[in-house]
Amino acid sequence: MDKDSTGEDPSPAGGRWYDAEAGPLVRPYAMTGGRTKPGPGNVRFDLIALVVVDDDPPGPAEESLLGPEHRTLLAQCRAETQSVAELAADADLPVGVVRVLLGDLLEAGFVKVSTPVPPAQLPDERILREVIDGLRAL
Amino acid sequence: MAYERFESTPAGDPDSTALALKILVAGGFGVGKTTLVGAVSEIRPLRTEERLSRAGESVDDTGGVDQKSTTTVAMDFGRITIRAGLSLYLFGTPGQDRFWFLWDDLSQGALGAVVLADTRRLEDCFPAVDYFEHRKIPFVVAVNCFAGARAYGAHDVSRALDLDRGTPVVLCDARDRDSGKEVLIRLVEYAGRMHTARLLDTVG
Repeated sequence: MDKDSTGEDPSPAGGRWYDAEAGPLVRPYAMTGGRTKPGPGNVRFDLIALVVVDDDPPGPAEESLLGPEHRTLLAQCRAETQSVAELAADADLPVGVVRVLLGDLLEAGFVKVSTPVPPAQLPDERILREVIDGLRAL
Repeated sequence: MAYERFESTPAGDPDSTALALKILVAGGFGVGKTTLVGAVSEIRPLRTEERLSRAGESVDDTGGVDQKSTTTVAMDFGRITIRAGLSLYLFGTPGQDRFWFLWDDLSQGALGAVVLADTRRLEDCFPAVDYFEHRKIPFVVAVNCFAGARAYGAHDVSRALDLDRGTPVVLCDARDRDSGKEVLIRLVEYAGRMHTARLLDTVG
């Protein structure tokens, strides 16, 4: 267990890693500056939380200071309101990384995030009816 | 940390409140979860990079790579748009037990779950059944009728799994869109019934 803490590249005993096996060239959390949790706002992004661009976003000067991954996410949000899961899948980034990046965008006022339905107040019957009818019509 | 209440954004626009519902698709490895999600919706792979839990480290076969403490887990996910502002999201949960920690994240606020079962190895779906029963998440058991598998009735499966009365068991073909739709419809109906029953419980 102790040697786990070194965090160095493990050298596999029986063989080498190639291609995807070897892991990404840029470790995912390098894009977040090593942060694994969203910033001080302490927002927990549910996978199905919907991210919308803010009506009154900061100006282009501030936007130009964003990193490339932040800008990619922002562009995705502008194209269409999407869930955290969709943003992660389309950006081809792990969800954990996207949560951190979205936390930055939220704090800087670029995006807003919708509240997912809490378990205790699942949607009313009318909505469920609508879902069932919608599925039938699919 | 992981369970902070989700704060609604103050500047929310009241009339465009989009609603997203989450359904999990669980079951043993190779039982057809990907097939089912793909049959009813467009499907995309979703990567999550997570720390391996302590428990996972001991069972995970990491011969030669024992210093690796995070792992990339791929899930399937699909979206069904019911109408503008109302979508259903399907998440295929990773089959291995060592990914329980992901399930906890996924099941937060889920409308319900589909547990896919294969009668040739029914025991593979026990963990999923236990999981959802304990957390009181409404679920239906969908028996994927593989060619060559002996046909059992829904009642046999229900008894073999020792399901609570009322938990629906549906026979399905995970490759078939209509069949998959029917499974989801049964689940939404059941989730609605469970929810109403719980509301009545709290009132009375």
